[in-house]
Amino acid sequence: MTTYYTKDHEYIRVEGDTGTVGISDYAQSQLGDVVFVELPSVGKALTKGAEAAVVESVKAASEVYAPVSGEVVAVNGAIEETPGTVNEDPLGNGWFVQIKLSDAGELDELMTEEQYEDYLKSIS
Amino acid sequence: MASSPPGSAPLRHTPLHSRHVALGARMVPFAGYDMPVQYAKGIIAEHQHTRKAAGLFDVSHMGQAALAGPDHATVARALETLVPADILGLVPGQQRYSQLLNDQGGIIDDLMVTRPADGDGRLLLVVNAACKDADIRHIRHHLPDEVRLEVFDGRALLALQGPEAEAVLARHAPAAKSLAFMSAAAMTVAGIPCHVSRSGYTGEDGYEISVPGDRAGALWDLLMAEPEVEPIGLGARDSLRLEAGLCLYGHDINEETSPVEAALAWSIQRRRRQEGGFPGSHRIMEELADGPLRKRVGLLPEGRMPAREGTEIKDAAGELVGEVTSGGFGPTLGAPVAMGYVASDFAREGTALTLVVRGKEIPARVVPMPFVAHRYKR
Repeated sequence: MTTYYTKDHEYIRVEGDTGTVGISDYAQSQLGDVVFVELPSVGKALTKGAEAAVVESVKAASEVYAPVSGEVVAVNGAIEETPGTVNEDPLGNGWFVQIKLSDAGELDELMTEEQYEDYLKSIS
Repeated sequence: MASSPPGSAPLRHTPLHSRHVALGARMVPFAGYDMPVQYAKGIIAEHQHTRKAAGLFDVSHMGQAALAGPDHATVARALETLVPADILGLVPGQQRYSQLLNDQGGIIDDLMVTRPADGDGRLLLVVNAACKDADIRHIRHHLPDEVRLEVFDGRALLALQGPEAEAVLARHAPAAKSLAFMSAAAMTVAGIPCHVSRSGYTGEDGYEISVPGDRAGALWDLLMAEPEVEPIGLGARDSLRLEAGLCLYGHDINEETSPVEAALAWSIQRRRRQEGGFPGSHRIMEELADGPLRKRVGLLPEGRMPAREGTEIKDAAGELVGEVTSGGFGPTLGAPVAMGYVASDFAREGTALTLVVRGKEIPARVVPMPFVAHRYKR
Protein backbone atom coordinates (compact mmCIF):
# COMPACT_ATOMS: atom_id res chain seq x y z
CA MET A 1 0.00 0.00 0.00
CA THR A 2 1.64 3.22 -1.19
CA THR A 3 0.35 6.77 -1.16
CA TYR A 4 1.18 9.16 -3.99
CA TYR A 5 0.49 12.88 -4.28
CA THR A 6 -0.13 15.41 -7.04
CA LYS A 7 1.03 19.01 -7.23
CA ASP A 8 -2.65 19.98 -6.87
CA HIS A 9 -2.67 18.27 -3.46
CA GLU A 10 -4.72 15.20 -4.24
CA TYR A 11 -3.52 11.88 -2.91
CA ILE A 12 -4.07 8.35 -4.16
CA ARG A 13 -3.48 5.38 -1.89
CA VAL A 14 -2.91 2.31 -4.03
CA GLU A 15 -3.65 -1.29 -3.09
CA GLY A 16 -3.32 -3.71 -5.98
CA ASP A 17 -5.04 -2.17 -9.01
CA THR A 18 -7.31 0.12 -6.99
CA GLY A 19 -6.56 3.58 -5.63
CA THR A 20 -8.40 5.65 -3.02
CA VAL A 21 -8.39 9.35 -3.89
CA GLY A 22 -8.78 12.33 -1.60
CA ILE A 23 -7.20 15.68 -0.79
CA SER A 24 -4.15 16.11 1.39
CA ASP A 25 -4.13 17.51 4.89
CA TYR A 26 -2.44 20.62 3.48
CA ALA A 27 -5.27 20.99 0.94
CA GLN A 28 -8.02 20.73 3.55
CA SER A 29 -6.27 23.25 5.79
CA GLN A 30 -5.90 25.68 2.89
CA LEU A 31 -9.55 25.26 1.88
CA GLY A 32 -10.91 25.73 5.37
CA ASP A 33 -14.29 24.38 6.43
CA VAL A 34 -15.67 22.09 3.72
CA VAL A 35 -19.43 22.57 3.32
CA PHE A 36 -20.23 20.65 0.15
CA VAL A 37 -18.80 17.81 -1.90
CA GLU A 38 -19.91 16.76 -5.38
CA LEU A 39 -18.89 13.23 -6.33
CA PRO A 40 -18.92 11.46 -9.71
CA SER A 41 -21.11 8.42 -10.35
CA VAL A 42 -19.77 4.94 -9.96
CA GLY A 43 -18.69 3.60 -13.35
CA LYS A 44 -17.52 6.97 -14.67
CA ALA A 45 -14.26 6.82 -16.61
CA LEU A 46 -11.78 9.42 -15.41
CA THR A 47 -8.76 10.68 -17.29
CA LYS A 48 -5.65 11.67 -15.38
CA GLY A 49 -5.83 15.38 -14.64
CA ALA A 50 -9.57 15.69 -15.40
CA GLU A 51 -12.14 16.79 -12.82
CA ALA A 52 -13.07 13.93 -10.52
CA ALA A 53 -15.05 15.81 -7.87
CA VAL A 54 -15.80 19.29 -6.55
CA VAL A 55 -15.13 20.41 -3.01
CA GLU A 56 -16.59 23.63 -1.66
CA SER A 57 -15.49 25.56 1.38
CA VAL A 58 -17.38 28.50 2.85
CA LYS A 59 -15.35 30.74 0.56
CA ALA A 60 -15.09 28.95 -2.76
CA ALA A 61 -15.51 25.89 -4.97
CA SER A 62 -12.44 23.90 -6.06
CA GLU A 63 -11.97 20.96 -8.39
CA VAL A 64 -10.46 17.68 -7.29
CA TYR A 65 -8.55 16.20 -10.23
CA ALA A 66 -8.03 12.53 -10.95
CA PRO A 67 -4.39 11.69 -10.09
CA VAL A 68 -4.48 8.82 -12.58
CA SER A 69 -6.85 7.45 -15.23
CA GLY A 70 -9.34 4.75 -14.43
CA GLU A 71 -12.92 3.87 -13.65
CA VAL A 72 -14.72 5.03 -10.52
CA VAL A 73 -15.56 1.87 -8.55
CA ALA A 74 -16.79 3.51 -5.33
CA VAL A 75 -17.63 6.95 -3.96
CA ASN A 76 -17.72 8.10 -0.34
CA GLY A 77 -21.36 9.10 0.01
CA ALA A 78 -20.82 9.79 3.72
CA ILE A 79 -18.94 13.03 2.98
CA GLU A 80 -21.92 14.35 1.04
CA GLU A 81 -23.87 14.19 4.30
CA THR A 82 -21.03 15.33 6.60
CA PRO A 83 -18.58 17.32 4.47
CA GLY A 84 -16.65 18.33 7.61
CA THR A 85 -15.12 14.82 7.61
CA VAL A 86 -12.87 16.03 4.80
CA ASN A 87 -11.33 18.50 7.27
CA GLU A 88 -11.23 16.13 10.20
CA ASP A 89 -9.82 13.05 8.53
CA PRO A 90 -8.73 13.83 4.95
CA LEU A 91 -6.54 10.74 4.54
CA GLY A 92 -8.96 8.40 6.27
CA ASN A 93 -12.75 8.72 6.38
CA GLY A 94 -12.59 11.90 4.29
CA TRP A 95 -11.70 10.09 1.03
CA PHE A 96 -13.62 10.96 -2.15
CA VAL A 97 -13.52 8.13 -4.71
CA GLN A 98 -11.95 4.79 -5.44
CA ILE A 99 -10.56 4.28 -8.92
CA LYS A 100 -9.65 1.08 -10.73
CA LEU A 101 -6.38 2.10 -12.36
CA SER A 102 -6.24 1.70 -16.12
CA ASP A 103 -2.50 2.41 -16.37
CA ALA A 104 -0.39 1.83 -13.25
CA GLY A 105 2.51 3.42 -15.09
CA GLU A 106 0.89 6.84 -14.49
CA LEU A 107 1.79 6.50 -10.81
CA ASP A 108 5.44 7.08 -11.72
CA GLU A 109 4.56 10.67 -12.61
CA LEU A 110 3.22 11.37 -9.09
CA MET A 111 5.13 12.32 -5.94
CA THR A 112 5.88 9.93 -3.14
CA GLU A 113 4.97 11.02 0.38
CA GLU A 114 8.56 12.16 0.97
CA GLN A 115 8.68 14.10 -2.29
CA TYR A 116 5.35 15.73 -1.43
CA GLU A 117 6.67 16.85 1.97
CA ASP A 118 9.60 18.50 0.17
CA TYR A 119 7.20 20.03 -2.34
CA LEU A 120 5.11 21.56 0.49
CA LYS A 121 8.27 23.09 1.98
CA SER A 122 9.18 24.52 -1.41
CA ILE A 123 5.81 26.27 -1.86
CA SER A 124 5.38 27.57 1.70
CA MET B 1 -6.47 23.99 -5.13
CA ALA B 2 -5.49 27.18 -6.88
CA SER B 3 -3.57 29.79 -4.97
CA SER B 4 -3.89 33.46 -5.79
CA PRO B 5 -0.87 35.19 -7.31
CA PRO B 6 0.81 37.79 -5.15
CA GLY B 7 -0.33 41.32 -5.89
CA SER B 8 2.03 43.72 -7.59
CA ALA B 9 1.51 46.72 -5.31
CA PRO B 10 2.74 46.39 -1.73
CA LEU B 11 -0.15 45.62 0.58
CA ARG B 12 -1.03 48.08 3.31
CA HIS B 13 -1.21 47.05 6.94
CA THR B 14 -3.75 48.09 9.54
CA PRO B 15 -2.37 48.99 12.99
CA LEU B 16 -3.45 45.49 14.13
CA HIS B 17 -1.61 43.54 11.42
CA SER B 18 1.06 42.06 13.70
CA ARG B 19 -1.62 40.85 16.10
CA HIS B 20 -3.42 38.96 13.34
CA VAL B 21 -0.17 37.31 12.29
CA ALA B 22 0.66 36.42 15.90
CA LEU B 23 -2.79 34.81 16.25
CA GLY B 24 -2.03 32.56 13.29
CA ALA B 25 -4.52 34.21 10.98
CA ARG B 26 -4.51 33.33 7.31
CA MET B 27 -3.76 36.65 5.65
CA VAL B 28 -5.10 37.55 2.22
CA PRO B 29 -5.01 40.65 0.03
CA PHE B 30 -8.25 42.58 0.32
CA ALA B 31 -8.84 46.08 -1.09
CA GLY B 32 -5.10 46.74 -1.04
CA TYR B 33 -4.62 45.56 2.55
CA ASP B 34 -3.15 42.37 3.97
CA MET B 35 -6.14 41.20 6.02
CA PRO B 36 -7.10 38.15 8.11
CA VAL B 37 -9.61 35.95 6.26
CA GLN B 38 -9.77 33.53 9.17
CA TYR B 39 -7.99 32.64 12.40
CA ALA B 40 -7.06 29.18 13.66
CA LYS B 41 -10.59 27.95 14.44
CA GLY B 42 -11.93 28.61 10.96
CA ILE B 43 -14.80 30.47 9.36
CA ILE B 44 -17.68 28.33 10.62
CA ALA B 45 -16.51 28.40 14.24
CA GLU B 46 -15.94 32.16 14.02
CA HIS B 47 -19.36 32.67 12.49
CA GLN B 48 -21.08 30.62 15.20
CA HIS B 49 -19.11 32.35 17.93
CA THR B 50 -20.28 35.77 16.73
CA ARG B 51 -23.91 34.60 16.75
CA LYS B 52 -23.67 33.19 20.27
CA ALA B 53 -21.11 35.36 22.13
CA ALA B 54 -18.97 38.21 20.79
CA GLY B 55 -16.67 38.50 17.78
CA LEU B 56 -13.96 41.11 17.36
CA PHE B 57 -13.23 42.31 13.82
CA ASP B 58 -10.48 44.55 12.52
CA VAL B 59 -12.17 46.70 9.89
CA SER B 60 -9.53 49.42 9.90
CA HIS B 61 -9.19 49.10 6.13
CA MET B 62 -12.50 50.93 5.78
CA GLY B 63 -12.38 54.64 5.05
CA GLN B 64 -13.17 57.04 7.88
CA ALA B 65 -13.70 60.72 7.24
CA ALA B 66 -15.61 63.77 8.41
CA LEU B 67 -17.41 66.53 6.61
CA ALA B 68 -16.97 69.83 8.40
CA GLY B 69 -18.66 73.18 7.83
CA PRO B 70 -20.22 76.12 9.59
CA ASP B 71 -23.35 74.35 10.86
CA HIS B 72 -25.34 71.12 10.52
CA ALA B 73 -27.74 72.41 7.89
CA THR B 74 -24.95 73.53 5.56
CA VAL B 75 -23.03 70.28 5.86
CA ALA B 76 -26.15 68.12 5.66
CA ARG B 77 -27.42 69.88 2.54
CA ALA B 78 -24.01 69.46 0.91
CA LEU B 79 -24.08 65.69 1.53
CA GLU B 80 -27.72 65.47 0.45
CA THR B 81 -26.64 66.48 -3.07
CA LEU B 82 -24.73 63.18 -3.20
CA VAL B 83 -26.92 60.71 -1.25
CA PRO B 84 -30.68 60.02 -1.12
CA ALA B 85 -31.03 59.75 2.68
CA ASP B 86 -32.44 62.45 4.94
CA ILE B 87 -29.23 63.84 6.43
CA LEU B 88 -30.70 67.18 7.48
CA GLY B 89 -33.10 65.37 9.79
CA LEU B 90 -30.41 63.49 11.70
CA VAL B 91 -30.50 64.35 15.37
CA PRO B 92 -27.22 64.63 17.29
CA GLY B 93 -25.84 61.14 17.86
CA GLN B 94 -27.92 59.54 15.10
CA GLN B 95 -26.48 57.36 12.37
CA ARG B 96 -27.93 56.48 8.97
CA TYR B 97 -27.08 54.07 6.16
CA SER B 98 -27.00 55.62 2.70
CA GLN B 99 -25.44 55.45 -0.76
CA LEU B 100 -23.32 57.77 -2.86
CA LEU B 101 -25.15 57.86 -6.19
CA ASN B 102 -24.06 58.64 -9.72
CA ASP B 103 -26.17 60.72 -12.10
CA GLN B 104 -27.96 57.59 -13.32
CA GLY B 105 -28.95 56.65 -9.76
CA GLY B 106 -26.36 53.85 -9.66
CA ILE B 107 -24.46 53.25 -6.44
CA ILE B 108 -20.88 54.56 -6.30
CA ASP B 109 -20.53 53.23 -2.75
CA ASP B 110 -22.63 52.62 0.34
CA LEU B 111 -21.73 54.32 3.58
CA MET B 112 -22.66 55.12 7.16
CA VAL B 113 -23.31 58.74 8.04
CA THR B 114 -23.30 59.90 11.65
CA ARG B 115 -24.16 63.27 13.11
CA PRO B 116 -21.93 63.38 16.18
CA ALA B 117 -23.61 63.97 19.53
CA ASP B 118 -21.50 67.06 20.09
CA GLY B 119 -19.85 69.53 17.74
CA ASP B 120 -22.27 71.18 15.34
CA GLY B 121 -21.47 71.20 11.63
CA ARG B 122 -19.81 67.81 11.39
CA LEU B 123 -20.81 64.50 9.84
CA LEU B 124 -18.78 61.32 10.25
CA LEU B 125 -18.56 58.98 7.28
CA VAL B 126 -17.48 55.36 7.01
CA VAL B 127 -17.02 54.08 3.44
CA ASN B 128 -15.81 50.84 1.87
CA ALA B 129 -12.09 50.17 1.71
CA ALA B 130 -12.02 49.38 -2.00
CA CYS B 131 -13.91 52.58 -2.85
CA LYS B 132 -12.41 55.04 -0.41
CA ASP B 133 -9.94 56.84 -2.68
CA ALA B 134 -12.57 57.29 -5.40
CA ASP B 135 -15.18 58.33 -2.82
CA ILE B 136 -12.90 61.00 -1.40
CA ARG B 137 -12.25 62.44 -4.86
CA HIS B 138 -15.95 62.31 -5.70
CA ILE B 139 -17.08 63.98 -2.47
CA ARG B 140 -14.39 66.69 -2.58
CA HIS B 141 -15.20 67.45 -6.19
CA HIS B 142 -18.82 68.19 -5.29
CA LEU B 143 -18.47 70.04 -2.00
CA PRO B 144 -19.25 73.74 -1.71
CA ASP B 145 -16.41 75.97 -0.52
CA GLU B 146 -17.60 76.20 3.07
CA VAL B 147 -17.64 72.42 3.60
CA ARG B 148 -14.45 70.36 3.65
CA LEU B 149 -13.70 66.66 3.88
CA GLU B 150 -11.17 65.51 6.47
CA VAL B 151 -9.86 61.98 5.95
CA PHE B 152 -8.85 60.02 9.05
CA ASP B 153 -6.06 57.85 7.67
CA GLY B 154 -4.61 57.49 11.14
CA ARG B 155 -7.68 55.97 12.76
CA ALA B 156 -8.45 52.29 13.20
CA LEU B 157 -11.93 50.72 13.28
CA LEU B 158 -12.86 47.69 15.36
CA ALA B 159 -16.22 45.94 15.29
CA LEU B 160 -17.45 44.05 18.33
CA GLN B 161 -20.50 42.02 17.34
CA GLY B 162 -22.77 39.48 18.98
CA PRO B 163 -25.21 39.06 21.86
CA GLU B 164 -22.43 39.48 24.46
CA ALA B 165 -20.99 42.62 22.85
CA GLU B 166 -22.92 44.94 25.13
CA ALA B 167 -21.81 43.19 28.33
CA VAL B 168 -18.19 43.17 27.16
CA LEU B 169 -17.99 46.80 26.08
CA ALA B 170 -20.02 48.12 29.02
CA ARG B 171 -17.40 46.66 31.38
CA HIS B 172 -14.94 49.23 30.03
CA ALA B 173 -17.36 51.90 28.81
CA PRO B 174 -20.63 51.94 30.78
CA ALA B 175 -22.08 54.51 28.38
CA ALA B 176 -22.10 51.85 25.65
CA LYS B 177 -25.07 50.18 27.33
CA SER B 178 -27.41 53.10 26.75
CA LEU B 179 -26.61 53.58 23.04
CA ALA B 180 -29.50 52.52 20.82
CA PHE B 181 -29.09 50.84 17.43
CA MET B 182 -27.84 53.34 14.82
CA SER B 183 -26.72 55.89 17.37
CA ALA B 184 -23.23 56.95 18.31
CA ALA B 185 -21.25 58.81 20.93
CA ALA B 186 -17.72 59.72 21.84
CA MET B 187 -16.64 57.77 24.92
CA THR B 188 -13.55 56.46 26.58
CA VAL B 189 -13.08 52.71 26.63
CA ALA B 190 -10.81 51.91 29.58
CA GLY B 191 -9.36 55.38 29.20
CA ILE B 192 -8.87 55.16 25.41
CA PRO B 193 -10.69 57.94 23.56
CA CYS B 194 -13.05 56.32 21.06
CA HIS B 195 -16.07 57.11 18.94
CA VAL B 196 -18.55 54.27 19.33
CA SER B 197 -21.62 53.52 17.23
CA ARG B 198 -24.15 50.78 17.85
CA SER B 199 -24.15 49.20 14.42
CA GLY B 200 -22.46 46.54 12.39
CA TYR B 201 -22.50 44.17 9.47
CA THR B 202 -23.52 40.86 11.01
CA GLY B 203 -27.22 41.21 11.85
CA GLU B 204 -26.29 40.94 15.53
CA ASP B 205 -26.29 43.61 18.20
CA GLY B 206 -22.89 45.20 18.45
CA TYR B 207 -20.63 48.17 18.07
CA GLU B 208 -18.19 49.76 15.69
CA ILE B 209 -15.43 51.52 17.56
CA SER B 210 -13.28 54.18 15.92
CA VAL B 211 -9.98 54.62 17.73
CA PRO B 212 -6.73 56.48 17.08
CA GLY B 213 -4.36 54.11 15.26
CA ASP B 214 -1.72 54.27 17.98
CA ARG B 215 -4.26 53.13 20.60
CA ALA B 216 -5.86 50.42 18.46
CA GLY B 217 -3.52 47.70 19.72
CA ALA B 218 -4.31 48.50 23.34
CA LEU B 219 -8.07 48.45 22.63
CA TRP B 220 -7.78 45.17 20.71
CA ASP B 221 -5.80 43.56 23.55
CA LEU B 222 -8.28 44.79 26.14
CA LEU B 223 -11.27 43.34 24.28
CA MET B 224 -9.48 40.12 23.33
CA ALA B 225 -8.76 39.51 27.02
CA GLU B 226 -12.49 39.22 27.70
CA PRO B 227 -13.66 35.61 27.95
CA GLU B 228 -16.61 36.10 25.57
CA VAL B 229 -14.47 37.50 22.75
CA GLU B 230 -12.84 35.70 19.81
CA PRO B 231 -11.18 37.30 16.77
CA ILE B 232 -13.20 37.01 13.56
CA GLY B 233 -11.83 37.26 10.02
CA LEU B 234 -13.23 38.53 6.75
CA GLY B 235 -14.51 35.06 5.82
CA ALA B 236 -17.03 34.95 8.66
CA ARG B 237 -17.75 38.65 8.19
CA ASP B 238 -18.98 37.73 4.72
CA SER B 239 -21.06 34.71 5.78
CA LEU B 240 -22.59 36.71 8.66
CA ARG B 241 -23.60 39.62 6.45
CA LEU B 242 -24.94 37.27 3.80
CA GLU B 243 -27.24 35.55 6.30
CA ALA B 244 -28.25 39.02 7.52
CA GLY B 245 -29.24 39.92 3.94
CA LEU B 246 -26.83 42.88 3.84
CA CYS B 247 -25.30 44.07 0.57
CA LEU B 248 -21.62 43.74 -0.27
CA TYR B 249 -20.47 46.61 -2.46
CA GLY B 250 -19.09 45.54 -5.83
CA HIS B 251 -21.16 42.38 -5.71
CA ASP B 252 -24.78 43.03 -4.68
CA ILE B 253 -24.66 46.73 -5.49
CA ASN B 254 -22.58 48.68 -7.99
CA GLU B 255 -22.71 51.66 -10.35
CA GLU B 256 -25.46 49.96 -12.39
CA THR B 257 -27.83 49.08 -9.55
CA SER B 258 -30.13 51.67 -8.00
CA PRO B 259 -31.10 51.62 -4.31
CA VAL B 260 -34.66 50.73 -5.30
CA GLU B 261 -33.56 47.74 -7.37
CA ALA B 262 -31.28 46.74 -4.49
CA ALA B 263 -34.25 46.67 -2.08
CA LEU B 264 -32.74 49.58 -0.18
CA ALA B 265 -35.68 51.96 -0.69
CA TRP B 266 -36.16 51.93 3.11
CA SER B 267 -32.99 54.02 3.31
CA ILE B 268 -34.58 56.85 1.29
CA GLN B 269 -36.65 58.84 3.78
CA ARG B 270 -39.92 60.50 2.91
CA ARG B 271 -38.71 64.09 2.57
CA ARG B 272 -36.09 63.06 0.02
CA ARG B 273 -38.67 61.07 -1.97
CA GLN B 274 -40.87 64.13 -2.11
CA GLU B 275 -38.18 66.71 -2.79
CA GLY B 276 -35.65 64.73 -4.85
CA GLY B 277 -32.46 66.71 -5.34
CA PHE B 278 -30.07 63.76 -5.27
CA PRO B 279 -28.17 62.24 -8.20
CA GLY B 280 -30.32 60.03 -10.40
CA SER B 281 -33.48 61.18 -8.61
CA HIS B 282 -35.45 61.00 -11.85
CA ARG B 283 -34.84 57.26 -12.22
CA ILE B 284 -35.22 56.56 -8.53
CA MET B 285 -38.52 58.46 -8.15
CA GLU B 286 -39.84 56.62 -11.19
CA GLU B 287 -38.80 53.27 -9.73
CA LEU B 288 -40.36 54.17 -6.39
CA ALA B 289 -43.64 55.02 -8.14
CA ASP B 290 -43.83 52.22 -10.73
CA GLY B 291 -41.54 49.57 -9.28
CA PRO B 292 -38.07 48.73 -10.61
CA LEU B 293 -37.49 46.45 -13.61
CA ARG B 294 -35.46 44.07 -11.48
CA LYS B 295 -35.08 43.54 -7.79
CA ARG B 296 -32.61 42.08 -5.33
CA VAL B 297 -34.15 39.07 -3.61
CA GLY B 298 -33.16 36.31 -1.22
CA LEU B 299 -32.92 32.80 -2.66
CA LEU B 300 -32.95 29.49 -0.82
CA PRO B 301 -31.57 26.65 -2.97
CA GLU B 302 -32.74 23.11 -2.28
CA GLY B 303 -30.13 20.67 -1.04
CA ARG B 304 -26.61 21.55 0.05
CA MET B 305 -24.90 22.83 -3.09
CA PRO B 306 -23.93 26.50 -2.74
CA ALA B 307 -24.90 28.79 -5.64
CA ARG B 308 -22.25 31.47 -5.84
CA GLU B 309 -21.89 34.87 -7.46
CA GLY B 310 -22.52 34.71 -11.19
CA THR B 311 -24.91 31.75 -11.03
CA GLU B 312 -27.67 32.07 -13.64
CA ILE B 313 -31.26 32.22 -12.41
CA LYS B 314 -33.93 30.73 -14.68
CA ASP B 315 -37.70 30.58 -14.49
CA ALA B 316 -39.85 27.45 -14.75
CA ALA B 317 -39.76 27.72 -18.55
CA GLY B 318 -35.97 27.78 -18.58
CA GLU B 319 -35.68 31.49 -19.48
CA LEU B 320 -32.86 33.49 -17.94
CA VAL B 321 -34.43 35.91 -15.43
CA GLY B 322 -31.49 36.97 -13.30
CA GLU B 323 -28.15 36.32 -11.66
CA VAL B 324 -26.85 35.53 -8.19
CA THR B 325 -24.69 38.35 -6.78
CA SER B 326 -23.71 36.74 -3.46
CA GLY B 327 -24.10 33.18 -2.41
CA GLY B 328 -22.56 30.54 -0.29
CA PHE B 329 -23.11 28.43 2.73
CA GLY B 330 -24.91 29.91 5.73
CA PRO B 331 -23.40 28.34 8.85
CA THR B 332 -26.28 29.39 11.12
CA LEU B 333 -28.89 28.01 8.72
CA GLY B 334 -26.70 24.99 7.94
CA ALA B 335 -27.74 25.41 4.32
CA PRO B 336 -26.80 27.34 1.21
CA VAL B 337 -28.15 30.89 0.86
CA ALA B 338 -27.95 33.35 -1.98
CA MET B 339 -29.10 36.77 -3.08
CA GLY B 340 -29.37 38.11 -6.56
CA TYR B 341 -31.32 40.21 -9.01
CA VAL B 342 -34.38 38.88 -10.81
CA ALA B 343 -36.81 40.52 -13.20
CA SER B 344 -39.57 42.04 -11.04
CA ASP B 345 -42.19 39.53 -12.20
CA PHE B 346 -40.17 36.86 -10.40
CA ALA B 347 -39.39 38.77 -7.21
CA ARG B 348 -42.49 37.74 -5.29
CA GLU B 349 -41.92 35.67 -2.16
CA GLY B 350 -42.32 31.97 -2.82
CA THR B 351 -41.59 32.15 -6.56
CA ALA B 352 -40.00 28.90 -7.74
CA LEU B 353 -36.82 29.44 -9.75
CA THR B 354 -33.88 27.38 -10.95
CA LEU B 355 -30.21 28.06 -10.26
CA VAL B 356 -27.75 26.63 -12.76
CA VAL B 357 -24.59 25.48 -10.97
CA ARG B 358 -21.94 23.69 -13.05
CA GLY B 359 -24.60 22.68 -15.53
CA LYS B 360 -26.92 21.29 -12.85
CA GLU B 361 -30.34 22.79 -12.28
CA ILE B 362 -30.95 23.44 -8.60
CA PRO B 363 -34.53 24.30 -7.57
CA ALA B 364 -34.72 27.42 -5.41
CA ARG B 365 -37.38 29.78 -4.14
CA VAL B 366 -37.56 33.47 -3.43
CA VAL B 367 -37.59 34.12 0.31
CA PRO B 368 -37.69 37.27 2.42
CA MET B 369 -34.42 38.53 3.84
CA PRO B 370 -32.75 38.45 6.29
CA PHE B 371 -32.16 34.70 6.26
CA VAL B 372 -31.29 34.90 9.96
CA ALA B 373 -33.34 37.36 12.02
CA HIS B 374 -31.61 40.59 12.97
CA ARG B 375 -31.09 41.05 16.69
CA TYR B 376 -30.46 44.78 16.84
CA LYS B 377 -30.94 46.65 20.10
CA ARG B 378 -33.54 49.21 19.16
